[in-house]
Amino acid sequence: MNRAGERLVNGIIKENPTFVLTLGMCPTLAVTTSAINGLGMGLTTMVVLALSNVFISLLRHVIPDKVRIPAFIVIIASFVTVAQLLLQGFIPFLYDALGIYIPLIVVNCIILGRAEAYAYKNPVIPSLFDGIGMGLGFSVALTCIGAVRELLGAGEIFGVRVMPESYVPVSIFIMAPGAFFVLALLTAIQNKVKISGERRGRDMSRIQSGCSSDCLNCADTGCARRLYDDRAGSAPAAWAEQKTGPKEIAIEEIKEGKDNG
Amino acid sequence: MSGLMKVSSNPHIRSKMGTSSIMLSVVIALLPAAGFGIYNFGAGALITILVTVASAVLTEYLFEKVCKKKITIGDYSAVVTGLLLALNLPVSAPWWIGVIGAVFAILVVKMLFGGLGQNFMNPALGARCFLLISFTSIMTNFDCDAYTGATPLADLKNGLDVNILDMVIGRTAGTIGETSMIAIVIGACFLILVGVIDLRIPGSYIVSFVIFLCLFGGHGLDWAYISAHLAGGGLMLGAFFMATDYVTRPVTKNGQILFGVLLGILTGIFRLFGPSAEGVSYAIILGNLLVPLIEKITLPKAFGKGGEKS
Repeated sequence: MNRAGERLVNGIIKENPTFVLTLGMCPTLAVTTSAINGLGMGLTTMVVLALSNVFISLLRHVIPDKVRIPAFIVIIASFVTVAQLLLQGFIPFLYDALGIYIPLIVVNCIILGRAEAYAYKNPVIPSLFDGIGMGLGFSVALTCIGAVRELLGAGEIFGVRVMPESYVPVSIFIMAPGAFFVLALLTAIQNKVKISGERRGRDMSRIQSGCSSDCLNCADTGCARRLYDDRAGSAPAAWAEQKTGPKEIAIEEIKEGKDNG
Repeated sequence: MSGLMKVSSNPHIRSKMGTSSIMLSVVIALLPAAGFGIYNFGAGALITILVTVASAVLTEYLFEKVCKKKITIGDYSAVVTGLLLALNLPVSAPWWIGVIGAVFAILVVKMLFGGLGQNFMNPALGARCFLLISFTSIMTNFDCDAYTGATPLADLKNGLDVNILDMVIGRTAGTIGETSMIAIVIGACFLILVGVIDLRIPGSYIVSFVIFLCLFGGHGLDWAYISAHLAGGGLMLGAFFMATDYVTRPVTKNGQILFGVLLGILTGIFRLFGPSAEGVSYAIILGNLLVPLIEKITLPKAFGKGGEKS
């Protein structure tokens, strides 16, 4: 169970999908017009993420390597359909507010990323908690962004008036540009915490920022690298393995093609 | 000839004009428009201008102080940004609108992208659009002591008659600095005479806008209609003072003409087919975003490249 707890902390803080991995930006920017929308989107994603992680983990010895992505999509899409119908039936106001972004959970790169990076390689229980942890991290991030946007853009949090009556809402914050402002601001605060921690000599290497500021080598050093779980070997090794992967497959395919021909 | 010649890195020809003298001449060129605004709208306009300029300069100073960077308020660029923003505000706007706009212009649009020379968008216009989206009712309320009712451009859009002479002189409702075509053109002439700007961008902007109006305005070559469009709204202020911003205009000469044409077409589209009467600020910031692409396609050939195949 220790590992389960570690997975939860990892998902919420160390590898927070929004602030650290910068994944799932489409729903993050689009639906966080209010705190309740952010929370609803986060929790819906969490349910889908946890269930799809469990099933992918259960089926990890059955699914052939070459068709794993379509197989993941089928599993994820089934749960998204279930979630969509449940939302439509029981929480219609949230269903209306989230709109197209509920079916789009299917292509949410957090879910596909965790399936590929974790659930496909790990047993069921840790995968379940990985899904819950990542989902909670996503929910926390979306609720934070939604709360700030709602506070500035409407003077409310969760629909409750917080600002004094004289406050004039800055309505840009509940429109699309506001999402970028708030996300950038929150990521900047997180970077600030990280940098000042490093100055005081604490080891902040586990708290990655979303962007390594090295755009040229982003794929090697940035958040993309973090998709590979450290447990499966060191990250660069896993990355190298991945890099050589497609070539080998290509060669195999050519050989097979020749055999068939 | 003994020894090797040393080739230093470019630029080889330096102008005597520095950033601060250019910015100062822009401030001087804006004074007629600002003065007319104060004369036209009263002391409220003066307060808005002072508050906005002061908060722009203070924001730049505080940001650089907090970030332990070199203090650059001496180059007057923050004054220009604050002044341009104030001239783009309606006189009825409360003072804190100017403060929020100035902080946004300097902090978000300029300093966060690296300060003067690094911003991809005109700070004053970025802030104006920010305010326009955030506080639509305040920013489009042009009622004041002197005038009530809509701006001439809104009247024009609704098919009402407008007094073109009043529009040219500036005795109309509008933002503080945009109403008087004469005052703006006087300032622009000064800038052209001292060589800060040239006619490439404003010229191509205005000509392409007029052509667009003739083609799609529904009035054909009706000079009254065209001159009302030219004198109304922020077209003159935008064409001479904001589209020509050194940082956010294309560097290449052909690119500048293309930029002006693009702005003219965009302004025409926004004014004629958009929901609001005015479209200059959106046209210019949209044009600002396209500047890297414009520069890319208008990059002149390096000396010695190309030519006939040998």
